[in-house]
Amino acid sequence: MEKMPAWADVILIPLISLVLAAFISALVILFIGQSPAEALKLMVTGALGSTYGWGYTLYYATNFIFTGLAVTVAFHARLFNIGGEGQAMLGGLGVAIACLYVPWPHWSIALVAASISGAVFGAAWAAIPAWLQAKRGSHIVITTIMFNFIASAVLNYVLVNVMRPKGSMDPATERFSQTIHLPTLHEILLPFGIPFSKAPPANISFIVAILACLAVWALIWRTRLGYEIRAYGHTETGAVYAGISPVKITVITMLISGGLAGLMGINNVMGEAERLVLNATEGAGFIGIAVALMGRGHPAGVFLAAILFGFLYQGGTELALWTSIPRELIVVIQALVILFTGALDNMVRTPLQQIFMALRRKES
Amino acid sequence: MSSAQPAIELIGISKAFGPVQANRDISIRVAPGTIHGIIGENGAGKSTLMSILYGFYRADRGEIFINGRKTDISDSQAAIAAGIGMVFQHFKLVENFTVLENVILGAEDGALLRPSLAKARKELAALSSEYGLDVDPDAVIERIGVGFQQRVEILKALYRRADILILDEPTGVLTPAEADQLFRILHRLKEEGKTIILITHKLREIMEATDTVSVMRRGEMVATRKTAETGPEELAELMVGRKVLLRVDKTPARPGAEVLAIHDLKVTDPAGVLRLKGIDLTLRAGEILGLAGVAGNGQSELLEVLGGMLPALGTVTGSIRMQGRDLALTGAAGDGKARRAAQIGHVPEDRQRAGLVMDFFAWENIAFGYHADTAYQRSGLFMDNGALRREAADKMDRYDVRPPDPWLKAKNFSGGNQQKIVLAREIERKPALLLVGQPTRGVDIGAIEFIHKEIVALRDAGAAILLVSVELDEILSLSDRIAVMFDGRIMGERLPDETDEKELGLLMAGMDARASGEAA
Repeated sequence: MEKMPAWADVILIPLISLVLAAFISALVILFIGQSPAEALKLMVTGALGSTYGWGYTLYYATNFIFTGLAVTVAFHARLFNIGGEGQAMLGGLGVAIACLYVPWPHWSIALVAASISGAVFGAAWAAIPAWLQAKRGSHIVITTIMFNFIASAVLNYVLVNVMRPKGSMDPATERFSQTIHLPTLHEILLPFGIPFSKAPPANISFIVAILACLAVWALIWRTRLGYEIRAYGHTETGAVYAGISPVKITVITMLISGGLAGLMGINNVMGEAERLVLNATEGAGFIGIAVALMGRGHPAGVFLAAILFGFLYQGGTELALWTSIPRELIVVIQALVILFTGALDNMVRTPLQQIFMALRRKES
Repeated sequence: MSSAQPAIELIGISKAFGPVQANRDISIRVAPGTIHGIIGENGAGKSTLMSILYGFYRADRGEIFINGRKTDISDSQAAIAAGIGMVFQHFKLVENFTVLENVILGAEDGALLRPSLAKARKELAALSSEYGLDVDPDAVIERIGVGFQQRVEILKALYRRADILILDEPTGVLTPAEADQLFRILHRLKEEGKTIILITHKLREIMEATDTVSVMRRGEMVATRKTAETGPEELAELMVGRKVLLRVDKTPARPGAEVLAIHDLKVTDPAGVLRLKGIDLTLRAGEILGLAGVAGNGQSELLEVLGGMLPALGTVTGSIRMQGRDLALTGAAGDGKARRAAQIGHVPEDRQRAGLVMDFFAWENIAFGYHADTAYQRSGLFMDNGALRREAADKMDRYDVRPPDPWLKAKNFSGGNQQKIVLAREIERKPALLLVGQPTRGVDIGAIEFIHKEIVALRDAGAAILLVSVELDEILSLSDRIAVMFDGRIMGERLPDETDEKELGLLMAGMDARASGEAA
């Protein structure tokens, strides 16, 4: 007996949660003496009111799609991968290595090579916690969190001691060659006669992210591996009964998850900075968790949630730029969205279920 | 009807959970000093009704009278105050507390324990002698048997001055001998003037222990009979709503070639406990070997090692020969996939955690375990979901799964229909050996008949069947040969025609009547 129609579960609940988060955010803004209406207007026009705003929103969204998909895939196997941040950092390193040390003749070949390299680095970083979970029962939440710190330290070391150009004071690699510059949305849309702002960093990685959504969808619901991942996620005893090896599924799922997080490197490292800098991920790995929670395990949901968080990121930057609302308040708003859409899901769900059941009883 | 004031009278009780009407306009009178049975299939609403009586749920409509007085039972405290005690199917005892500590739990007077304990000790001694409930007050719960744990539950209720005792499926965890003891205790309680409500789905217990019986079906009270004036056939018919065949219709087995030979099989679990202590068994084509035993004596481990479900850790020694070939005992060569390749089908004991993925659609479950078969692949990468859905629709139709909707999740089917999905999947592959664990646990009577018929049909088609069940009736009526397990060993083998529940019950408790008889 399903308690609610599917559309209510997929659309209505996140929407109500968002409205609640927005309402509390408005109260907070009011409390510090600013106008919530003004703030909202500023966020919307800043993030969605121009192709400039859209360019940034989509750039951030691209990051969140990759990390959100990473969490989603792992979640189908009941593995909570908190390590997207570290895996994305290492993915960035993989991308940088592929871009710096091979003289690629064209950006397209470089993109393929960098994607593979970034995914392999991200996967490798997820492999160790996966192995520890599968073989030794070390909880993956704990190990992946710790691996975020280790990743940060590794990157620090590599940038300062290995990859920093001689004489540079900046813990960053040198710039990638201009021949492998990835086309931005401006450059992609120009031949079609669509004007798009030159400034924002949104680039062809956005298309790769959409393809990744499709690939994850097919993986989870159309392949045998996806079937086994979902079965294992629902019941480990059942998986063993069906001859599915928990060790194998745990490791493979985490490799895919880490690989997706690592893929983020093509957007922020190759597409935007065009070199590897410290803290290139800017917390996108953590936002990925919220995006995955809101996306309800479905790539389409992840895509929409990523756009929403992209909007919050860009809108928040605009807000900090044009008002005296501090930058930190944006973090508060994001936290409220995460709180309501993720953690407080049942607060909205339970009353809504009761309403739907009451309605159905009235019908019958 | 006697003119005496009924101990309990329920009038027009109704309770709905969302769209599900669990109880519909139920009225019942329970005479004082009697044992009143309530029987019905799973989901008939027995437990809901008793939960209302015990204050866990509030009825949407209806009235409760206790000893003729209208009583509002808003919570379990009110139920206790009204003199009602409840013994749950799953005991609510603190495992590492003593009997005495458990008895006073929730009924302590004052902040200091010592006076309460002393008082309870005195009272417990009085109760024990009055009702023949012998229990050592200082024994720790986890060290005493389930039969004794149940007595502690009864004592807890009596200590709280209960005059009306409700027992919910009390024999589910007991051996036949322990069940007999329980019924003796209940009779003694009755003679001392207590009123007892016995909830069960076992017809035999109703016939054995009760004075009056009420039958529930789909949330309604369909009949109340004097037990002496009715019989199992009529009660079964009332429960299901149509005629049912209680006996399994089968011809004598014609055993063929040896299919399975187990020799000196020992299994140690990850904690280092020896679970199987040297099992020897053979099984021929075309016969059903029933494995009787109280839950937890190694039957599950035997099924698991045969079905390839043993945990990665732990050790297995001995040999399993299947159709003349030795099977790997551990590792990937001994997993569920390898077992299926060796023509072993498996209906697991726990269909909700192992046999089915409850959140999968029926069509996804129809290939569970066989999902790597080439028939279900569209290419190297993708599965052929269309083929799965067609097969599911076909099998659900032939096994009368209701509703026959492949797009329904497994959790939305009743227990019986879930089991039919598992059986359709395993039987239709014509395995040489079928492992069947608790095939009718939580399954309604109507479906039991169907499931038994399918198992016998598979036997007649030449398969060897290993049946594990805690229901002795099922073992006796279905098996061609019976082996009894106790403490990781086979206590003995019997033929169903040459044994009875009593003998099997002794074997299940680790006593060999024949052997001790010979020795005497």
